[in-house]
Amino acid sequence: MLCNPAKPSTGANVTRLFITVISVILLTACGSGETNVDRGNRAGILYWGNGEEPQDLDPHITTGVSESYIQESLFEPLVNSHPETLEPEPGVAQRWDINDDKTTYTFHLNPNARWSNGEPVTAEDFRWTFWRAMHPKLGNQYNYMYYPIKNAGPYLRGDINDFDKVGIKVIDKQTLQIQLENPTPYFLGLLSHHSYYPVPRSAIEAHGNAWTRGSHWTRPGNMVSNGAFRLTQWKLFNYIEVEKNPYYHKADQVALNGIRFLPTENITTEERMFRANQLHHTYELPADKTSYYRENAPEQLLNQPYLGTYYYRLNTRIKPLDNPKVRRALALAINRQQIVERITKQGQLPAFTITPPNTAGYTAESSLRYDPEEARRLLAEAGYPSGEGIDTLEVLYNTKESHRKIAVAIQQMWKQELNINITLRNEDWKVYLDSEKRGEYQVSRASWIGDYLDPNTFLDLWIKDGGNNRTGWHNPEYDRLVLEQAPRASSREQRYALLMQAEKILLDEVPVIPIYTYATRHLVHPSLKGVTPNLLDRPFFSHFSLEDTQTQRPNESN
Amino acid sequence: MLRFTLVRLLQAIPVLFAVITLTFFLVRAAPGDPLSSDKAMPPEVYAELSTLYELDKPVWQQYINYLGGLLQGEFGPSFKYLGRTVNELIGAGLATTAELGLYAMLVALLIGICAGVVAALRPNSASDYLPMSAAMLGICMPSFLLGPLLVLIFGIWLEWLPVSGWGNIPGDKILPAITLGAAYAAYVARLSRGGMLEVLSQDYIRTARAKGLPEWLIVLKHGLRGGLMPVVAFLGPAFAGLLSGSFVVETVFQIPGMGRLYVQAAFNRDYTLIMGTTVFFATLIILFNLLSDVLAVWLNPKLRQQYQGGKS
Repeated sequence: MLCNPAKPSTGANVTRLFITVISVILLTACGSGETNVDRGNRAGILYWGNGEEPQDLDPHITTGVSESYIQESLFEPLVNSHPETLEPEPGVAQRWDINDDKTTYTFHLNPNARWSNGEPVTAEDFRWTFWRAMHPKLGNQYNYMYYPIKNAGPYLRGDINDFDKVGIKVIDKQTLQIQLENPTPYFLGLLSHHSYYPVPRSAIEAHGNAWTRGSHWTRPGNMVSNGAFRLTQWKLFNYIEVEKNPYYHKADQVALNGIRFLPTENITTEERMFRANQLHHTYELPADKTSYYRENAPEQLLNQPYLGTYYYRLNTRIKPLDNPKVRRALALAINRQQIVERITKQGQLPAFTITPPNTAGYTAESSLRYDPEEARRLLAEAGYPSGEGIDTLEVLYNTKESHRKIAVAIQQMWKQELNINITLRNEDWKVYLDSEKRGEYQVSRASWIGDYLDPNTFLDLWIKDGGNNRTGWHNPEYDRLVLEQAPRASSREQRYALLMQAEKILLDEVPVIPIYTYATRHLVHPSLKGVTPNLLDRPFFSHFSLEDTQTQRPNESN
Repeated sequence: MLRFTLVRLLQAIPVLFAVITLTFFLVRAAPGDPLSSDKAMPPEVYAELSTLYELDKPVWQQYINYLGGLLQGEFGPSFKYLGRTVNELIGAGLATTAELGLYAMLVALLIGICAGVVAALRPNSASDYLPMSAAMLGICMPSFLLGPLLVLIFGIWLEWLPVSGWGNIPGDKILPAITLGAAYAAYVARLSRGGMLEVLSQDYIRTARAKGLPEWLIVLKHGLRGGLMPVVAFLGPAFAGLLSGSFVVETVFQIPGMGRLYVQAAFNRDYTLIMGTTVFFATLIILFNLLSDVLAVWLNPKLRQQYQGGKS
């Protein structure tokens, strides 16, 4: 049908109208121009991908990494850490004295330290904070971090109720003394953990009791903090914003004017946000993208060793895993190099020890390796030649593609090298946690990220009835070394030697099979300066700065 | 009409009650402890929290207490987000989801009606096949595929639009609205094509043409009114679907809405939040279906007469 050009048909009119409307919508929307990164660079606001929506901002209640990042910006501990080496540095305490037997620490507070409402931070603030953090009613899951303090154990267990008996004393307004049970070489490192951050008594008591969980003192307008930044906005599931704290005693050295923390649970979307210049720094990076960035934009990839171990728990209460030879055979039959090179591919290192190598100068020796022949020999010695007599073993993992891939690889390795049939059981996170805690598993994937820079953070997991042990394994000699001898060691060398002995027992008896040591995987925009890799993957926001640079983004095609 | 509306409202109550009861017991029967975390919790802390969230009470008692709270409009405290009530969380997410649903509906109507009308005006021609094929594609393509595809084209390659967020960057509402609205646009297109075809063959349209009225006036004034009846009937379920089905889009685009809240609640075994969001969505679906029915009766003189005559 021919159309009269002078009088277009209705169909053509409507089509034209349709195209016009769509074009107008797109044109009005497009050309928004400034991206988050552009705006952030101009205004000194850091756009930070922060993983999950925070549960709360109370540093004595939360346990997650997402929360700890925000708390890092809001609070300053007694002792800070060097951004790279994590060596102790002055925080609220300007300096500290340690007595000869290294059990009494006297902290001299900076007289210029202030809360974000302008009031001074005093020694009494710290005493009250530590009392609160240790109070049984608060339900602080990190209260075990206080154990090195004299009488903290009995107080936490409820054996004593008088907090004055705990080794924390206010000498004067600006002097705090802490007495320890044993010389604890990593104690200064513990103090920079969020469970030791000072919290504001007046603000907390204005919104409930000291131990009220979920009290509104952490809401914008109520929150008082003493760090480089202070809370200004909390839009649920949208963002949390902090601004520079003018009362911070080193405010003149803080380059950022603020930080916007964005919840980014979906790491694929997060990577797209980074590519579209919506973020300066990502919380994570999808596994399949790491090699791309490594090859095409290595300067934007932060891929460094991280104080964490990925391992398999073995339920030593059941046959055949009650036999150390079987457990060892399973450990020897895993080709870890293949797992990190072909599956995880994110810079992880094959792990043969449970404590990551060079944890504060500690590297354990390991008898574990990839040795399928020895594995077969051990299995035969245990009474299961060529896997005969072992029906099947089941590997439990929580829902995540990377866990599944590793489990499939190990399933094949154990079948191929040891002729053991493996079935896989995938459970949702909460169900998986329940199964593991109840001991309803045979082999279960697990991981542990160190809380502080010391081998103890990995080795105290495996003591008898330890809440995080969950393998049913225990060894009295191991417990004695970790709980009694190492804490009383007179030197770091001696202590490390004792811990190595303990770790040797663990690696010989293999209730857990280390698989790989973690690596950090973040994307960092070139305009963000001052990001230094460290083993705990802690961001030191007060050292960050933004440069207004025009940068290229990688134009990946998938 | 009033009687019809009242009867339908009364019918909705047992449906909602069944949803509440079933969800309550199913959630509690599902494995997974809401209080568990990867770090071991001291037993006294666990006991304290169990008491706080009434998990130490028998399930039937928890159920009675929950119903009691619901009657007062209280959904209870969230297990995961400390110090937040479910009412507060729903309140925070609802405005966003409603806004997203509204924009998606506008996208669906705008694209769908235009495409449907164009197709109906020249049936069995290229301008019919093309939009209808696109509509079929829209129906078949899931939002978890369409969303990233649009992001790739308009966000990453062309750099025209933001790839995530809601209300923080100009233009960040466009891609989610299109992604969510696309499938509904396709349905609207097919419905309006069918409706228009039927109406355009009616006698009164022929009379209008014979009177010499311009074609655009016939289509816009006489054709659309009757032709869009099926679309109107579809609006209620569509809006309910848009609101309750937004969780994929909200997750893909990191939008702080109800859908994302729902997903998080399920992962975290946040009992009260799962209940709150389920009850809320169920109410919405029931309500919008009810509205759609009422609207359909009101627009259709035959049905209206039937109900007004008390023959319901």
